[in-house]
Amino acid sequence: MNEYADLLIIGAGPAGMAAALAAASSGARIVLLDDNPLPGGQIWRDGPQAKLPNPAREMRERLEACSNIRRHSGTRVIACAGPKRLLVEDADRGWVIGYDKLILCTGARELLLPFPGWTLPGVTGAGGLQALIKGGLPVQDERLVIAGSGPLLLASAATAKHNGAQVLRIAEQACAAAVGGFAAQLPRWPNKLMQSVTLFDRHYRTGTYVLAALGSERLEGVRLQQQGKIIELECDRLACGFGLIPNTQLGQALGCELDGQAIAVDAWQTTRRADHYAAGECTGFGGSELALVEGAIAGHAAVGDLDSARALWPRRARWQGFANALNKAFTLDPQLKSLAQPDTLVCRCEDVPYAALARHTDWREAKLASRCGMGACQGRVCGGALQHLFGWQPAAPRPPFSPARIETLLCLDDTPPA
Amino acid sequence: MPELMLDGRALRVAEGTSVAAALALSGDGCTRTSVSGQRRAPLCGMGVCQECRVTIDGRRRLACQTLCRDGIHVETQA
Repeated sequence: MNEYADLLIIGAGPAGMAAALAAASSGARIVLLDDNPLPGGQIWRDGPQAKLPNPAREMRERLEACSNIRRHSGTRVIACAGPKRLLVEDADRGWVIGYDKLILCTGARELLLPFPGWTLPGVTGAGGLQALIKGGLPVQDERLVIAGSGPLLLASAATAKHNGAQVLRIAEQACAAAVGGFAAQLPRWPNKLMQSVTLFDRHYRTGTYVLAALGSERLEGVRLQQQGKIIELECDRLACGFGLIPNTQLGQALGCELDGQAIAVDAWQTTRRADHYAAGECTGFGGSELALVEGAIAGHAAVGDLDSARALWPRRARWQGFANALNKAFTLDPQLKSLAQPDTLVCRCEDVPYAALARHTDWREAKLASRCGMGACQGRVCGGALQHLFGWQPAAPRPPFSPARIETLLCLDDTPPA
Repeated sequence: MPELMLDGRALRVAEGTSVAAALALSGDGCTRTSVSGQRRAPLCGMGVCQECRVTIDGRRRLACQTLCRDGIHVETQA
């Protein structure tokens, strides 16, 4: 079975939802694809231990009410199937979607850096732990350490505490001056100031980062470098994430150019490839407010409503200012590049240690010699880490972009039946 | 409240619970053994790292992006 969309949107987080709603009044046939069970992305993740904020609920209801928006949840893009055609797969079947215009709202993932013990059960990403808790992961009475960088640490801690966990430490690698300078700018964005007040925690420490996760079969504690001193804390979970990196793989595969680590876009959110737009975190980390306005601009522009798109430019500039302040404050300390020891695994799919990679000069050479990045995640974890550690730029992915079933790949066969 | 089978054990969970959460509710939360023999559990929580891959009703699925439904059979990799 094949499908056609005037406008195909990949990703149903804030950017993708806003794009679909902005484009809907044109009457275009819109398909909104997402790999999660429900729309909302990472920030508006629903679940037994989560309460969806009202704006998210309203947007979801408006999406449901639009008869020209078809949603496919739990669906991933597997390959390009020809010009303006994508092969996709859900739990039951694979099929091809053809489109006229496409908006990439593929979001961001956490930057996960290798350190001794990070493969132990009990260690997760910082946003990763928050997502797992919202999905029902029990943390009642567990002792947690949350480490890494950025405001997500506080948000993750708040979710954990709300569900009965005891947060022993929130370790922010940025120094006190950087975090303080950022906080001093928050009155420019009053709702962000309010958020930071409600999220503040007395266990928060700046200039503090993880040295090792301790334990044999499972996490038992962490060793931290805390403002110049080495300390150890016994704990049940360590949630560690060093900020967010844009998901550009599909954009790269479609021939969109990058600007640094993000998909390059112009004022209309158009990528360098005609009829292909991008919005939200895949064009650079900036938070949900920026993602919403970028998504709306892309949605309007994609259906030719340039006046509505242009009217949103000032709002985008305001939230881009917040994003710039955030990214400057939480710049990563170069010390974090030396956490991995020679035997620390960097590629968790193929279990490739740091020592097997450090002698190579680029991603391709390291891959060929060690199988690094050739496992199930296709380098999404170690590729991000090695880009940070060694400056290796991962190449555009080759299909299948995610593990897929043979029946799905057979949809690429366009031989007419005999 | 869906009831599912996890490695042969029955478990009833709240509506909307992910398979990743169900694994932690019923046991140690581990999903697989790595190529060098390490036990692993969900890491990224959002469908990127593939550490949480399990078999659900005979198909390879990600536990963090799959909701528990009545009658499903989940098998982890020993």
